[in-house]
Amino acid sequence: MKVLVIIEHDNANVKQSSFSTITAAKKISDSVEALVLGKGLDLVIDELKKSDYLKKIYKIDNELFENPLAENLSKAIQKFAEGSDYTHILSPSSTFGKNMSPKLSALMDVQQISDITKIISDDTFERPIYAGNAIATVKSNDPIKIITVRSTCFEPCALTSNVDVENLTVNIDKNNSVSFVNYDKSKSDRPELTSAKIVISGGRGMQNGENFRLLEGIADKLGAAMGASRAAVDAGFVPNDWQVGQTGKIVAPDLYIAVGISGAIQHIAGIKDSKYIACINKDEEAPIFNYSDYGLVGDLFELLPKLEEKL
Amino acid sequence: MKALVCVKRVIDYNVRIRVKSDKSGVETDNVKMSMNPFDEIAVEEAVRMKEKNQIQEIIILSIGTDKSQETIRSGLAMGGDRGILVKTDKDQLEPLTVGKIIKAVSDKEKPDLIILGKQAIDDDCNQTGQIVATLLAFPQATFASELKKNDDNTLEVTREVDGGLETVKISIPCVVTTDLRLNEPRYASLPNIMKAKQKKIDVLEIESFDVDIKDRLQVLEVNEPPERKPGIKVDDVDALVDKLKNEAKIL
Repeated sequence: MKVLVIIEHDNANVKQSSFSTITAAKKISDSVEALVLGKGLDLVIDELKKSDYLKKIYKIDNELFENPLAENLSKAIQKFAEGSDYTHILSPSSTFGKNMSPKLSALMDVQQISDITKIISDDTFERPIYAGNAIATVKSNDPIKIITVRSTCFEPCALTSNVDVENLTVNIDKNNSVSFVNYDKSKSDRPELTSAKIVISGGRGMQNGENFRLLEGIADKLGAAMGASRAAVDAGFVPNDWQVGQTGKIVAPDLYIAVGISGAIQHIAGIKDSKYIACINKDEEAPIFNYSDYGLVGDLFELLPKLEEKL
Repeated sequence: MKALVCVKRVIDYNVRIRVKSDKSGVETDNVKMSMNPFDEIAVEEAVRMKEKNQIQEIIILSIGTDKSQETIRSGLAMGGDRGILVKTDKDQLEPLTVGKIIKAVSDKEKPDLIILGKQAIDDDCNQTGQIVATLLAFPQATFASELKKNDDNTLEVTREVDGGLETVKISIPCVVTTDLRLNEPRYASLPNIMKAKQKKIDVLEIESFDVDIKDRLQVLEVNEPPERKPGIKVDDVDALVDKLKNEAKIL
């Protein structure tokens, strides 16, 4: 068995999710290789080649891959994979992997296994369905397994090695029916939501966007990422990409602090793999208390300044 | 332009999911079913484009049991023009199979835009749109939060990606999958629900397609997610900080 990991990066840094995907690959086989496609990959390779568990890195540096257009990526990966003997092709289950990997599976006539959270054997995996309200154990009968990996379920691999890198060229036609226009990166000095050790989120109880300042002070002291419930996002308190839950981001930090969030099942689906959950809510009947290790009943506008002071 | 909107019948968003005691799946008997909410957003977007005269005809396609006709009807009540049901007795089809059937329908109907939800809230696969685009060799824009039609037969689509928003330009014919914030679907009015009853739904048997519908993935079992152990309520901020420091050892 031989596993290929598709590396997600931004032509400067390797995404943490890639290192988690490498760990997942290692659980399937000792023979793990990585493929990186991009433009100007020197920094990415410097970082990636330290990855434990990797036997080899293949690099395709080409302007076709400057932006992650799934049309070009999936074709190139298919060409590369069909010339080799990989039994598994893994990508992180980020928007990058979700966009690209099903195209690869269609090109190779394979039924992809999406968003795995556990590896039972080389052909059997666990994956959440119904927003994590049920867990399915599925066995793939395809000769090649194409998989996306939920990165919060696998620790990132350690970075103590020095892996061989091979340069490859690729011969595919540029897809002219799609072009990249721009990428509008959300500006934030805080850690990314999906990889932060501590996350503090606000819900409808925050009442408006201004009041999220009360969470900022705490986030600063804890080095935490900031998130929100769908209700807070829909109400326009904070940007879309802060949304944690079934249809937003799935997080699994060491500590998740839910403030003014009632705890709808769709929100719980996005946080329940957190090591510890704490909540502050004035309604002691709110469902969030059933999922919290530590619940504090009271008015968040009184409690948050106190909490910031005590930290 | 002609739009093909693909819709799936799923357990309603607000229903509490119960895993069957024999672990074969989740309980669907006597459970409220609805259109997959992301597909509803797709129908709404097509209807809005029709209202702006960017689209002339909207076809609502579903693949499923006879009951999926109800789902198609609700799409017709929102503003779809006609429906197609590809009928099967199988409860669940895999995304690759569904993608192949949508491709076959598209080959015949020749839509300019295929629009559907980014994922179904039952199997949470997030694959079908990407598969359809690939099989048809159409460009794709997944996770759309804004869609703008240009005069030169292209669409400019803003996509919700990790860490921000990405904009791509795709030429028609194309596939778009919808994210939550693209629009807020309308409620169908009673007159429109009545009118939808007169609209035509073509029913095609799945066997009439040259597609192998055998599953590639075998579901061995379905389980409840592990429960979190019950927590405690603390009295005040001091107690909370103390627990986080000394019990959880996080701070």
